[in-house]
Parts: sequence; structure tokens; C-alpha cells
Amino acid sequence: MKTTVAGPMVPTMARVNRVRKETHDTFTLELHPAYGQEIHHFAAGQFNMLYVFGFGEVAISISGDPTNPKPLIHTTRAVGNVTKAMAKLKTGDMIGVRGPFGSAWPVKHAEGDDVVLVAGGIGLAPLRPVIYEILANRRKYGKLILLYGTRTPSDILYRKELESWRSRLDMEVYVTVDRSSVNWQGNVGVVTTLIPKAGFDPQQTTAMICGPEIMMRYVALELQKRGVPMSSVFASMERNMKCGIGLCGHCQMGPTFICKDGPVYPYDKIRELLLKREI
Amino acid sequence: METLEPILAEHPFIKGLKPEHIQLMVGCSRNVKFEAGEFILREGYEANEFYIIRHGQVNLEIHSPKRHAVTIHTCREGDVLGWSWLFPPYLWHFDARAMELTRAIALDAKCLRGKCEKDPSLGYELAKRLAHVIEHRLQGATLQLLDLYSSTD
Amino acid sequence: MSASESAAKSKFVLRTNQIQALIDFLRERGYRTAGPTIRDCAVIYDEINNAEQIPLGVADEQEAGFYRVKKRKEAGYFSYVVGAHSWKKFLNPPRFTLWKAKMDNGEMSLVVDEPQAVPHYAFIGVRPCEIAAIAVQDRVYLDGPYVDNLYKERRSAIAIIAVNCAHPGGTCFCVSMDTGPEAKSGFDLALTEIQETNRHLFVATTGSDLGVEIAKALKLEPATPDDIADEAATIKRAAGKMGRKIDTSHINELLQRNEDHPRWNHVGDRCLNCANCTMVCPTCFCMTVEDTTDITGKTAERSRRWDSCFTIEFSHIHGGAVRTSASARYRHWMTHKLASWQDQFGVSGCVGCGRCITWCPVGIDITEEAAAIRASSRGE
Repeated sequence: MKTTVAGPMVPTMARVNRVRKETHDTFTLELHPAYGQEIHHFAAGQFNMLYVFGFGEVAISISGDPTNPKPLIHTTRAVGNVTKAMAKLKTGDMIGVRGPFGSAWPVKHAEGDDVVLVAGGIGLAPLRPVIYEILANRRKYGKLILLYGTRTPSDILYRKELESWRSRLDMEVYVTVDRSSVNWQGNVGVVTTLIPKAGFDPQQTTAMICGPEIMMRYVALELQKRGVPMSSVFASMERNMKCGIGLCGHCQMGPTFICKDGPVYPYDKIRELLLKREI
Repeated sequence: METLEPILAEHPFIKGLKPEHIQLMVGCSRNVKFEAGEFILREGYEANEFYIIRHGQVNLEIHSPKRHAVTIHTCREGDVLGWSWLFPPYLWHFDARAMELTRAIALDAKCLRGKCEKDPSLGYELAKRLAHVIEHRLQGATLQLLDLYSSTD
Repeated sequence: MSASESAAKSKFVLRTNQIQALIDFLRERGYRTAGPTIRDCAVIYDEINNAEQIPLGVADEQEAGFYRVKKRKEAGYFSYVVGAHSWKKFLNPPRFTLWKAKMDNGEMSLVVDEPQAVPHYAFIGVRPCEIAAIAVQDRVYLDGPYVDNLYKERRSAIAIIAVNCAHPGGTCFCVSMDTGPEAKSGFDLALTEIQETNRHLFVATTGSDLGVEIAKALKLEPATPDDIADEAATIKRAAGKMGRKIDTSHINELLQRNEDHPRWNHVGDRCLNCANCTMVCPTCFCMTVEDTTDITGKTAERSRRWDSCFTIEFSHIHGGAVRTSASARYRHWMTHKLASWQDQFGVSGCVGCGRCITWCPVGIDITEEAAAIRASSRGE
């Protein structure tokens, strides 16, 4: 039956299969389609619009495994009205899903290269699918290096997973925090300080950055100092999103719409925009 | 006896210095080792040495009665530790603690200052390299101060 | 060439006493007829069934921040230009419910209402700049990776009776934007009002099969060479009477290169952020979504409504808005309209209708702002 509602603006109903508290303000939802619908295949870096009944909708990156998209996994931080309501969902609760939308990390393009992932804070969530995908095709890549910076040790996301990745012989994981009590045995200092020491071949590297804009600008600068061409650096952007399909205008940044041209951009395409204020 | 020259010459901080400058530095150097948990520097104490870290991990810490001790920065293999030896009154501003077995080359501060005064070209080279380290630390400290990942950002 | 296109160039004469017949024909064909009419001392667009609702004998005066309609004996049916309304209110309703959902014992499901009939409109009195504006919105809503069905359903059902402009307003600059004063395509029938002491008629150009059918049904006489010459003269005269102009050469590069130009602060100091310019603009398409629940909390509704980049909330991300200053918001709007729109949709987002100038309460003039930036542009 033809309805007057517009197709891509209508959510699919999903059920919360599992809620995992990650840190004091972040959580992971595992979702299953509520009525047996297909889960759309997604590419690492894409996002869904998640709807909480009566509260509204918010764009959340997909942080599951693209090679095995079931269940649908989203990690997010409770910072706004919708995400705070989302944080209260329990197993069996329902949620609306639209997507996946947006551009993807250049995982294929990176084949043959060393891959350097630089994540800041919740920015690790949109990069996790890249790790899954590369580990599933590990032989196609050179080194796999994750540089992860966050606020304090208690803000570290996916802690167990980080430990298991670190114990692998085919992946290097460096974690640093901005501040800490002396109980933390790990590294203290901003994530940019990890870049000069990481062992990758700058000429044969694809770097993917996700975090706050200031962090991404400084990370790109450090990568440039190491000799990584800016055309090999990719960054994921964040702006207000209402429709997710390029029609509402909210996520416009200069000449691009982040929901349809992004969120993942080659850094040299957005470098100048990132340097403009209030763009 | 084997000299420290080749070890020094390979360290990122020293790499590229003129051999005669490295020679001058070797004259002020000794090999040191710190066990995990051992303090290398203590705030307020005389800054007599400059450390070139060969491997291990050293955390810079500062303490207050209320907040106990906080870690403000981590130094690792390839880094250098300590600037207070450069400036009067030559007193350490932070505590530094080895987090694991750490090996370093310690350069006697008085000796090194003397050599820099005598040979300004060595002094200038070292000042440039230290300025670079300080620039990085300052940029890092600024970003830390911005508290980029806080939920109110 | 399709039959529709080959019909495009036939010219007829429509008598002033045939306007009602035109409306009646369109209504018999199932269209709801909408056109200009007077309300609250202004020309607005609304449903009209009667030729008398069209403001005969009315002219308008428009300047930056200034709009008046005046009765004038010598004025014809279309002696004014565009008012605050544009046709986008019919093609993309200002507020529209997207869907409803209900929550029943923890089970959320969509409530599918009976489909509402999509209104088929015949727009009467569409100006050439407005045809251009509809074409601009077509690119936004129909040509992207996602099609806006709400717009598509309405857009595909319309008929366009264009009116070429004989009396451009004080804020008009369609000649600069190459969108007028004559409609070249995109209409079913285009009218040019010819007014002389003893002669008042319309030269009607067919632009589609529907236009040809209208000519047949109304038994329109072919236009004489004199009529056609008068039409050309009317349009030529109009082209020379533009109230404003704008230099569009390399304007994309110009504005994107001048994001730090002091003029942005100058305009930001005057701008009230009232969003009028975006509401009256016939190409502005930004919208937001709103979520509401009923009092029981069991039924939720999501609707979309027009939004404006002049609000603070528009660019809100957690922690605050991206564009907090008025100057940044004006820069965003104007740079988008005149510059980055070209990157996104291959055309300018401005059609030169002048509405944003007229309806700005403080008289900010996009042509003046662009000229000021060009006059002291940074670099080349």
C-alpha cells in the first residue's frame, strides 16, 4: 500500500538485544530487527539514525563488524536528550533505525598499506568496524596500528577488546590518557605524542582519524610531520543531522553535506574547511 | 671499557649532532638504571642530571594533599627527561617515577652546562633540540588543558 | 523532439475575459487552482477559483525592507511582482507529519494512516524567477541520492501557468541571475500581459501538451505579428527596469575566498536573525524534524517543518552551536545561496527574485553585500 510517508524517513523497528555499559557515560546497544526484517549491509564508517520513542532521533555511527552485520551494534555517549533516553533502554525495548547512511572509511583502498588508526574519546567507536574488517583480511595489509587517546583511564572504551588486540602479534595498540591518578600504569599525554614514535612507513600508510575536531587537526599535523601525504589521511566529521539523507541542510559544512558527502572525508578535501571558524 | 658514545649517537635526541659534540657529551655521561616504582626526580630537589631514556617508561607526577598524586606526562624510549637543570635555581619541578625497568644515560648537569658555555655551538644545538621538546610538551599541555573529550565540549 | 517540446513555441492570444475560462478548464481537469490574491494588504498565493480574486488594478512598491501594494487605475492583472509567498509552500508544506508510531506494552509500531490524496495544483501567475526556483528545488529534492517523495508527489502533479514580468520591482534582479523576465521553459502556458490604451490582452505561449489543450479548449486565436512584437517589446522594457543587479562572475570563488572579510561582521551587526529571508526565499529548503507524544505517552508523531540556518539551534552539536555569531550565520546563508550551492547542485541557489531584500526588517540587501565584498576582496 502506498502511504504518504517518505520512504527513507521512515524507521525500521528494532529490538534491543543487549545493553553494555562501557564507561560512566558510554554504552553499547546490540539491536535485532523486531519483525524479522533484513539488516542492511553497512560499510565501516557509516551511521544510522536511531529513534527513541517520543524523544527523537540521533545519528550514531555503527561500531559492529561489517563482515558480520548482525546484530547491529552502536556505541554512543549519553550527552543529549535522545542519547540520555537511549541510555535508559533495556533488553527487549524497541528503537527505530534508519540507515545506513554516509561515506565509508577507505578500508579497501588501504590494502597493501600500513594502517594507522588514530582515535580520540568516543571516536574509537566509528573506527572499530575498520579493525574488524582488517583483522578479517589481515594478510592484505601491512602494519595495523591503533593510537587511542582519551580523557582518563576510566573513559577507555572497549577495554577488554583493546587488551585482546594488544596481545595479538599482528596489531599494535597504544593507549594514552590526558590525565590520570598515579594508579594508572599506562601512558599519560595527548594522542598526538604517540605519532612520532609509532613504527609505520609514512609513504605506504593510510591513516584514519576520528575524534574532536581540534584533535583531528593536530593529529593530521603530526602525521604530516612524519611525512604521510595528506591524501592518505581520512577523517570522520560530526555535525547536527536531522534527515541523514542530504535534504534538511543541517549538517552542511562549507560546500559539503556531512550526511551524504561524509562523514568520512579525505583530509585534503576538508583541511581548509577545518581551519575556518564557525563554518 | 666500552664507551657510551654509540648508544648516545643513536638516540633520537642526539642523532645528527657533530661527533665532536657527542664526544663532549660522553665526557659528562653515565649509564643508569631504575627499577619499577623507583623515583628518578623529586620536586624541589637539586636538578643535577639530564636523562636520555634508552628504554622503559617514566611518568611525571605532581601531588597535592587533596588530589593525591596525578600523572601529567609519560616519557618513553627515545624521549629525554628533565629541563630544570638548564635554569637557575636548578631545582626539579615535578616528581618522575619509573613505571617499569628503565635504562637511561644521565648527563651531569654542571658538566654539560660548562661544556655548553665553553662551546656555544654545542650549546645552541642542544638548546634547539630542547626547544623542540618543550614546544611539543607545550602543545600537548594546551590540548590536555582543553579537555577535548569531556562531555561538555 | 517530443510532441510536448514541439508545441512550445506556438503563440496565441488570451483575452482578459478568458481568465475565468482558463481557471475553469484547469479545475475541470482536476487541478486545484492557486494564484496571486490580496490578503492583509499584500499579494499572496492561495487557492483561487475566480478570476476576480486576481488583483486587477494593483501594483506594488518594493525596496529593501519595504513593501506596499497600491491601487492603480492603469494597472493590469499582473502589474506587481512576487510577494512574501512562493510556490514552495504548496510543493513542500511548511509542516507535515512524516509518520506516527504507537507504543503498546513495550511494542513500538508505525501507525499507517489512510493515505491522503496528494493535491494536484495548477499554479497561475508563476513568474520566470519562480520557475527557476522550482527547477533549483527539483535538483535538491529529486536529483540527489535520496528522492524526497513528499515533494516528488506534489511536484509531478502540478500545472504551471507562467506570467512573464512587465513591471519588475525595486528589488528584482532576475536579469543578473539569468532567470527572467521571460520564462523560456518549464511552463505549460506562459502569459505576457499587453496593455495599451485600447488594448488589454495576453500573449499566451504554449509550453506543453497541456498548454496546447488549453489553447484548443479556449479556442485561442493565434497571436498576430503585432502581438508578438508587442510581447517582445514588453519583455525588453522589463529587462531594462531591474531594481537591482549583482555581478555573478566567479562569485563562488569570491565568497569562499573571503570568509574572513570584515563585511560579514558589518552585516552580522545589522542582522536580527529573524529568518525572514530564508522563509521567503523560494529555494531555501532546510527543514527540521519535531517529535511529539500525546498526553498518554502512547502515541508519538514525527513531523518535518521548514527550518532556518539563522537559528542558533540549527547547527547545534553536543556542547553548543557551530555558528554562534550572527555574522557566521549570515555568511553561511549567503555563501551557500550564491556560491557553494553551485558545488552542491550545479546551479546558483539565488534566482534574483529579491524577496530576501524586501522582507528583511532591517533592509539587508544581498546584492549590496556581494558588491561590498567584491569591492574589497582578498587576493585573487
